[in-house]
Amino acid sequence: MRNEGAAAVAMHGITKRFPGVVANDGVDFEASVGEVHALLGENGAGKSTLSNILTGLYRADEGELELYGQPVEFHSPRDALDAGVGMVHQHFRLVEPFTVAENVVLGDHRDIGRSFLIHPRLIEQRVVELGEQYGLAVDPRARIWQLSVGEQQRVEILKALYREARVLILDEPTAVLTPQEADALFVTLRAMAAEGRTVIFISHKLHDVTAVADRVTVLRGGRSVATVSTADATQQSLAALMVGHEVEAARRLAGDRVIGEVVLSLEGLTAAGDRGVTALKDVSLVVRAGEVLGIAGVAGNGQRELAEAVTGMRPLAAGTVRVDGRELRAGDPRQAIRAGVAHVPEDRLRTGVAPSLSIASNMVLKSYRGGATSRGPFLRLRRIRDLAVELIRRYDVKAPGPAAPARQLSGGNLQKVVLAREFSGKPKVFVAAAPTRGLDVGAIETVHAYLRQAAADGVAILVISEDLDEVLTLADRVAVMYEGAIVGEADARTATVEQVGLLMAGVRSEL
Amino acid sequence: MNRPEVRIEKRLKQRRWLMVAVPLGSLVVAHVAIAVLLAATGHPPLETFRQLFDAAYVADGALSNTLIAATPLAFTGLAAAVAFRMRLFNIGGEGQLYFGAIGAAGIALLLAGQSTPVLIVAMVVAGAALGAAWGAIPGVLRAFLHTNEIITSLMLNYVAVIVLNYLIFDTLSYWRDDSPTGQVFPQGKALAEAAAWPLYELGSVSIPFGFLLAAAVAAGIWVLYTRTRFGFEAQVIGDSPRAARYAGMRTRRKIVAIMCLSGAIAGIGGASQMGDFRHLLDARGLQQANYGYTGIVVAALARYNPFAVVLVAFLLGGLENAGYTLQSAEFPSGLVGVMKGMILFTMLGGELLVQYRITFARAGRRGHAAPAAAS
Repeated sequence: MRNEGAAAVAMHGITKRFPGVVANDGVDFEASVGEVHALLGENGAGKSTLSNILTGLYRADEGELELYGQPVEFHSPRDALDAGVGMVHQHFRLVEPFTVAENVVLGDHRDIGRSFLIHPRLIEQRVVELGEQYGLAVDPRARIWQLSVGEQQRVEILKALYREARVLILDEPTAVLTPQEADALFVTLRAMAAEGRTVIFISHKLHDVTAVADRVTVLRGGRSVATVSTADATQQSLAALMVGHEVEAARRLAGDRVIGEVVLSLEGLTAAGDRGVTALKDVSLVVRAGEVLGIAGVAGNGQRELAEAVTGMRPLAAGTVRVDGRELRAGDPRQAIRAGVAHVPEDRLRTGVAPSLSIASNMVLKSYRGGATSRGPFLRLRRIRDLAVELIRRYDVKAPGPAAPARQLSGGNLQKVVLAREFSGKPKVFVAAAPTRGLDVGAIETVHAYLRQAAADGVAILVISEDLDEVLTLADRVAVMYEGAIVGEADARTATVEQVGLLMAGVRSEL
Repeated sequence: MNRPEVRIEKRLKQRRWLMVAVPLGSLVVAHVAIAVLLAATGHPPLETFRQLFDAAYVADGALSNTLIAATPLAFTGLAAAVAFRMRLFNIGGEGQLYFGAIGAAGIALLLAGQSTPVLIVAMVVAGAALGAAWGAIPGVLRAFLHTNEIITSLMLNYVAVIVLNYLIFDTLSYWRDDSPTGQVFPQGKALAEAAAWPLYELGSVSIPFGFLLAAAVAAGIWVLYTRTRFGFEAQVIGDSPRAARYAGMRTRRKIVAIMCLSGAIAGIGGASQMGDFRHLLDARGLQQANYGYTGIVVAALARYNPFAVVLVAFLLGGLENAGYTLQSAEFPSGLVGVMKGMILFTMLGGELLVQYRITFARAGRRGHAAPAAAS
């Protein structure tokens, strides 16, 4: 059946338009049988749209799709699955209360999957076999919510293998893994390619791409700009293709900052997560004026809870937060704001801004109570607008105007609005959670520059990020979180990715 | 394979002209459908529409009657709009209106002998206070115990019905007519002449005081929501409770305050029923009118804009009023109900076209057909 020589996947002239934006503009893409092919591009370059077309979630407005030399047309994800195209989404599509085996068989409409009764034994057996074959060990009877994020990802891959996917697409699979887990994943992917499957690996991380892929197709602004063999490429050359101009490798800036007194001190913070399980265990840290403390860790190890505990958003079971020696009342965001704690939240679209409200309203989301923007019970609307116009100009926010709703802004511009507001409050402590997630390279540089400037101005900065490179470039010191506790601290200038990676995986060591 | 395909996509931007064109288009569609129905049941459609319009807005006293029907809908519509704007779904306007009526009637009986201005102020204050108190219950439950206010406020409507019936039918309460007839045929005690709210004559139209009060409340709400810190906080909480908490807003207090405000407005609607129209605690009449529930429809059609609420209340009031007039042996009340239902159905259905766009495409062809039917 397999037409040797023909590409496993061939997409020609794919164009997909959304209202107001062309997400894919005549994209050409080919992946061969038995290769790991990376799809590289910045956020918004059209990677997700292209993969959604390949998996039948979207339909291209123009262009042709061929699998193994046969033209195909997918009307739904089921068509794509039947044709052997499986996808592991960045945000997993798993049913949490169900077991691994149940999730694996979910949506399968062949043979036993179609029968009215499910046959757990058969499925479990097959899951174990596949797990052994590809190094994806996971207990088929475990329920999804009991699994770590890395294990959940294995379930997603097993799901695709169970459905006999010949083409497997993975969207940003390393975002939720420690460096060591990522390496293990790469071994699995190579093994799958070696037996004739095709792996399409979507990423914006250059070293992942060079580590695992045979070839790379680079997307930029919705167009395919180049397909190169990784053997002929360097991280610099790929970055240049991705961004469209030469970029300098990320480097630390020589720190001539003056590190001052302790501003933020956390003692024994313990707090419950959203599900009531303890998510933060006895965390003690200090951050000094002018210092950047980075928190590294795999997603979901208590980082969000830590940021929320410090900023008063999450009630504490035990422990104290002190700013300039004064204890803050736990679970009171207003008092934290008054004490000078600024917060760039992880979820900027729903927490960081009120999305339907205007940019101007969002600029004064915390300061509307003050005398500059209100008089008695009334708001000074003109002043608010002037202030917003000024901040939009100073922070170079690309926006139609101060009255435009915040949700119309792109991720980078939205983050600029949040930063503008948080810095305008003249903070003493700045908590930035995943400050550059989902931003493109240019915007990341801007955000980093603002954070460095704030540190130079003597603000105590806590940067929480799953991007280890970001933590290591920005921070003076790095602390690693694992299962809600701090498992180690190191000087960011001397720490290596391997050392920190081991800590992220929960291996304690003397650093 | 050539499956035709219909897709519904959310509009990224709501177009302003659509907000006007779609409701008007919905009305046209409704009238076409009604015309078919009328023709099928042997009524000449055009003639019926003319009569309807005549009875609502043109005939002698039609506008005055329309205003009488519109006033309570304006109050309950505003009550719903105030809460819904903050995504607090207060379905309890009905019960809050009853309590407003109980409060206003009670104080008017208590202060019998006072002058009209004193009585008006007392009735408005008492109506607002009892309405607010009744609205505060689901508000407190929602704010502190996270119960769903839709369910609690709805259930409290049934409690309010029982209280109302108890006061008039089941006891010799302060509100019940204690004359010999009242002992046999239970009804509310008549309020003093001085407790009747004034009517303002404008040409041949009489405008009830309550309608003007509703317009003033609408203006007040507009100022509150667009010009004050209170309104700013309410908007943020309505849009994203997490963002509100993040910004240090006291969300619980605000939830209770908004529910009280919503209840107070419905309560003033009840006071207006006593002062403007009924002049006694008319338990059965209030229950049959369903002002509280219709107010929710009014608020939805007005997109929670307070001025639009007053306008929509006026239009629906006209429909209500014309319905009464048209009703006869040949024109059963059921037909009037079907007509009203069709108008509301198409108006609310039209919302889909404002918020979403519908595209038609044929599978296997390149590109879309026209971007959207409506644009």
